[in-house]
Amino acid sequence: MTAPSTSSSHGPSSRLRRSAGLFALVALLALLVLCSIGVGARPISIDIVWRALVAPDGGRDAIIVWQLRMPRTLLGILVGVGLGLSGAMMQALTRNPLAAPGLLGINAGAAFFVVIAISVFGITNFSGYVWFSMAGCAATAALVYRLSGNTGSSVQQVRLILAGAAISACLGAATGIITLYNSQTFDSYRFWVVGSLQNRVPEVAFQVLPIILLGAGMVVALGGRLNALALGDDVGRALGVRITQVRALSMVAITLLCGGSTAAAGPVGFVGLMVPHAVRMIVGPDWRWILPYSVLAGPIVVLASDIVGRIIAPPGELEVGIVTAFVGAPVLLFLVLRKTQASQR
Amino acid sequence: MTEASPKLNRTTWRPLPGVALPYQPRSLWLLAISLIAITALVIATLLTGEFTLSPSGVWQTLTGQQDDSLANLVVLELRLPRILACLLVGLALGLSGAIFQGMARNPLASPDVVGFTTGAATGVLVLLLVEGFAVTASLSVGAMVGGFGTALIVYLLAMRRGVHGQRLILVGIAIGAMLAAINSYLITRAELESAQAARIWMHGSLNGVSWPQVLPLLLWSLILVPAAMALSRRLGLLEFGDDIAAGLGLPVNRSKTQLIVVSITLAAAAISVGGPIGFVALAAPQLARKLAGTGGIALLPSAAVGATLLLAADLLAQRLLAPFQIPVGLLTGALGGAYLLFLLSREWRRVD
Repeated sequence: MTAPSTSSSHGPSSRLRRSAGLFALVALLALLVLCSIGVGARPISIDIVWRALVAPDGGRDAIIVWQLRMPRTLLGILVGVGLGLSGAMMQALTRNPLAAPGLLGINAGAAFFVVIAISVFGITNFSGYVWFSMAGCAATAALVYRLSGNTGSSVQQVRLILAGAAISACLGAATGIITLYNSQTFDSYRFWVVGSLQNRVPEVAFQVLPIILLGAGMVVALGGRLNALALGDDVGRALGVRITQVRALSMVAITLLCGGSTAAAGPVGFVGLMVPHAVRMIVGPDWRWILPYSVLAGPIVVLASDIVGRIIAPPGELEVGIVTAFVGAPVLLFLVLRKTQASQR
Repeated sequence: MTEASPKLNRTTWRPLPGVALPYQPRSLWLLAISLIAITALVIATLLTGEFTLSPSGVWQTLTGQQDDSLANLVVLELRLPRILACLLVGLALGLSGAIFQGMARNPLASPDVVGFTTGAATGVLVLLLVEGFAVTASLSVGAMVGGFGTALIVYLLAMRRGVHGQRLILVGIAIGAMLAAINSYLITRAELESAQAARIWMHGSLNGVSWPQVLPLLLWSLILVPAAMALSRRLGLLEFGDDIAAGLGLPVNRSKTQLIVVSITLAAAAISVGGPIGFVALAAPQLARKLAGTGGIALLPSAAVGATLLLAADLLAQRLLAPFQIPVGLLTGALGGAYLLFLLSREWRRVD
């Protein structure tokens, strides 16, 4: 990852261009929200959706729109914000373009803790296992981070992936043993674990809302200081940034964002990987732009995947985590191919 | 992450004029100790369990003098094929991993890390869920097709003027992630009952292995183990690096292709019987290398250690939470993942 370039990125024209891009993303997101409310197993025409939205009459369509599709869409937005932002934060913090919740084993950690919550403590509702999910995220993130060091070199980038793969394998197997031993948890677990916005009770969206907002607020507060972090610890310190403090706050923000969204939707992979990369291609390496773009791009990816999942395999649905994995795994492959090509030169 | 070049602390046995068989004395010790451990584990597996038999009873059953039909069933139809399956699967995985690690010159290269196992599982899952559970023979076909297909894709993508070890691993992880998505998709499409069964298979388990599954594996082993041995000298040369191996007159690319074919066939044969049992292929060659004190990868010790590991893990999986049977692949996954973490952290500390 490179430092923010100075000459072109601060010119008024590029700022205008980036702001325009931000508005374009807002428009795209709004369109997807409408699609997400309009598209589903029961076809409801767009004017009826609109009427149900502005003047709910208590009819069947209004109930579907308000009780099912609105909470689902809101959940999609929140999960997208959580995953997109936490992915961007991880990449900023580790200075590693391959850092993402799924690849680093953080999803496996959250899943392991949630399974413990379900099987040992008999917790089956969101408000109970959100704490376990966050604890799992925090513990695995700290472990991977410690294991792989913080040199920012290309060796360390590979390490991070390998440590993540090892942790995923280890915790995944432990999760497997528990879910098999306690087959009651398996049926609910197998749908949680693929990552889905479907079948979540409407309250989940409202319960996860404050957690995501708090995390996003912390990211906003950190904002520009992440740029100093991207330059390396020494330069950052010389610029007057309290590195340790920024790092600790970032870890808390990642835990809130990633743990919250994972508890709500299950481990949805690859959003945290794709979003910051796509965004960086558009706006360059300045975190003050990457973060707001990620806030919008995350929900766009999640909602689009969710909509695709709803219509691609009728009469059933494809879980959003599977769709993002189908899209995201080739992105990972592309990044890996590009990276190893660069390092071989 | 590349291995140190192999030490040549070898002794040569010349049984006939013109015949020279180099061997490493410590490897022989390791083989002997593995054999003793295997014997002990086999005896323990035969004697313990829900249905207990006295040693003399087991002996009578094995020699065909047992009148109790239940004892005959338990020993001859349940425990014996399972033991043999453990031995052969462990051996195949250990050998497959050893070939792979030697060839990629990277201790992390193994069929499971680079996604072949996931691919083989995809092949089997497609058969299981599309075709139903009918034929066990077709499962091995699914595993072979899936494994080889994945291998081909990974190999082609990772190839850039020769295969670079680290690139192979990262490409394999990416492809594996994609296949894992496909696998979880296939499982959610199934009914709960077949999803549960497919998932148990995906964990890797030797529960209920019977003779019709073990015999094809035996056949494969009889073909592939000698093939691997015949290639072992080429593997030894490849461990010096492609350039040196080519300089010494080895046809590098052809040798690699042959080695990959043998390695993946071994892994696929093992997977078709036991499901994707993780980390044996990763850990066995490394343990063998440390225990035997050889610098490079040694094939026979790796195979022996693989068989020992899997026998021990399966015994543990059978008895640890009895009567619940842990799929042995989960046990090796949990232990092996921890071992991999340990391996990584130690290696990195040394590098730093």
